[in-house]
Amino acid sequence: MSILVIAEHDNQSIKDATLSTIAAAKEIGGDITVLVAGQGCDGAAQAASQIEGVSTVLKADDASLSHNLAENLAPLVADTVKSKGCEHVLAPGSTFGKGFLPCVSALLDVQQLTDIIGVEGADTFKRPIYGGQAIATVKTSDAIKVMTVRATAFDKVAASGGSASVEDLGGASNSGLSSFVGQELSVSERPELTSAGVVVSGGRGVGSSDDFKIIEALADKLGAAVGASRAAVDSGYISNDHQVGQTGKVVAPELYIAVGISGAIQHLAGMKDSKIIVAINKDEEAPIFQVADYGLVADLFDAAPALTEKL
Amino acid sequence: MKILVPVKRVIDYNVKVRVKSDNTGVETQNVKMSMNPFDEIAIEEAVRLKEAGKATEIIAVSVGPSQCQETLRTAMAIGADSGILIETDETVEPLNVAKLLKAVVDEQSPDIVIMGKQAIDDDSNQTGQMLSTLLGWGQATFASKVELEDGSAKVTRELDGGLETLSIKTPCIITTDLRLNEPRYASLPNIMKAKKKPMETKSPSDYGVEISNRLEILKVEEPAARAGGITVPDVDTLIDKLKNEAKVI
Ligand SMILES: Cc1cc2nc3c(=O)[nH]c(=O)nc-3n(C[C@H](O)[C@H](O)[C@H](O)COP(=O)(O)OP(=O)(O)OC[C@H]3O[C@@H](n4cnc5c(N)ncnc54)[C@H](O)[C@@H]3O)c2cc1C
Ligand SMILES: Nc1ncnc2c1ncn2[C@@H]1O[C@H](COP(=O)(O)O)[C@@H](O)[C@H]1O
Repeated sequence: MSILVIAEHDNQSIKDATLSTIAAAKEIGGDITVLVAGQGCDGAAQAASQIEGVSTVLKADDASLSHNLAENLAPLVADTVKSKGCEHVLAPGSTFGKGFLPCVSALLDVQQLTDIIGVEGADTFKRPIYGGQAIATVKTSDAIKVMTVRATAFDKVAASGGSASVEDLGGASNSGLSSFVGQELSVSERPELTSAGVVVSGGRGVGSSDDFKIIEALADKLGAAVGASRAAVDSGYISNDHQVGQTGKVVAPELYIAVGISGAIQHLAGMKDSKIIVAINKDEEAPIFQVADYGLVADLFDAAPALTEKL
Repeated sequence: MKILVPVKRVIDYNVKVRVKSDNTGVETQNVKMSMNPFDEIAIEEAVRLKEAGKATEIIAVSVGPSQCQETLRTAMAIGADSGILIETDETVEPLNVAKLLKAVVDEQSPDIVIMGKQAIDDDSNQTGQMLSTLLGWGQATFASKVELEDGSAKVTRELDGGLETLSIKTPCIITTDLRLNEPRYASLPNIMKAKKKPMETKSPSDYGVEISNRLEILKVEEPAARAGGITVPDVDTLIDKLKNEAKVI
């Protein structure tokens, strides 16, 4: 079987979610080809060739591929799937994968699977539905199986040890339908939220963007990433890319500390697979305590700074 | 400028979803159903564009059982001008929804389709992207800001790494994210008015689309439950537990 994995990368290096996606590909079993599409992406292609278990890297380097515009990326992927005879197509279940992969599915006339969390066979997969309130086992009858992979559900393969060949696919064409105008990327010294070992998240209880520094101080003491509930993002305490949940990011760190978060279903969907969960909330009835390994009923303005100081 | 807004009827986001004891699906009997929240945001955005004089007509469309009429009435109470129900009792997977929506677009010729980024039941996050490809239109997914310009739309998108702004040629597909707007509550007079707005009922075959599902749900299970935790009395105990019991710090 031939499996195509679309790499998420920054032109120099490969994102961790790609390593988890390759882990899912290994579970399916077969020859793994990684596609690196971008502009000036030779570094990323070289990095991909080192990944354990990858047999071939395909590189497509073109100005039209510089910002992952779905209208340009999807036809390239669909053509590659056809010319290489791939039976599975996998991409990380990030905004990157979710943005373009359904376009590939439409081009191939395939009903895609979103966010698989388990491989039961070459055509059968597990995936969460209803914000993780139920897990469905789904069998697809499509000849080509297209899916995004939930990174937290698969242990990353090693980024080194492989020695795949790199094949140049040449350029790509620009659809002209969309163009990149600008971006405001979050820059942070902290670890990346979706792959951090420790995450400290703040909710509406934190009360203001000024007070969110309490959350950041605790995170920095622990070398942790900072997360947030939707309410904290909607209220402008912190930017959107910190939202954890059903419709935000899914995290599964060794330690997740929820501060001033009630524990709505939509928030739990994004963090309940964490190894250890700590909840700090002044309301002992808050649903977050039902998933917490350690619950502290306290005012966060006392407890969080005290924790930061004593750690 | 005509806007098409697809709206899905889903289990209300406040409902605790229960898995059926025979593991064939989730309980939907006597469960509160509502419009998918992202679709409410889509309708709201369309109504704001109309109020700003940029759009002239809003058509809501829903694919599903006859009860989707309620969902369409809700859309009309928020401000859609008319509704189209494509009635079917079958499960319709995103690719088939996209094919039906393409047929509606071919018939109605909207300038923009605004829809949810994700339905909170199947959590697929596929239909808008598929529709854009089937139509050969541009797309801007996960929108948190939309500005219409002449022949194009400038859309800010919520990405994992922050925000990105794209310019897409119209006609186009826009899918909504949470921060795009805060949907209004429909007022009682508007709910009454919505009852008189035109609604058409069609079938998938009217659009020449055959619903051929590709996915077979073998079983639906509860997720693994977490072992019960404990309450700690103070910060010192918490640190001690994290260090010596859980050994995570
Ligand atoms: C379509 C849709 C998608 C959604 N997606 C997401 C998502 O991806 N992620 C997400 O998080 N939510 C999501 N939500 C929102 C979700 O339903 C909840 O509204 C949200 O998670 C609540 O955030 P919160 O816990 O911070 O706020 P609240 O529910 O208001 O809770 C605040 C908590 O802080 C506590 N508190 C207040 N003051 C203090 C203090 N001084 N000390 C200690 N504790 C204090 C309170 O007791 C309370 O429990 C979504 C909702 C919808 C409809
Ligand atoms: N049955 C349906 N009827 C109308 N619109 C739908 C339907 N299914 C999906 N959609 C639209 O597609 C969006 C994304 O859904 P999904 O791809 O299923 O996550 C939804 O927010 C709706 O706008």
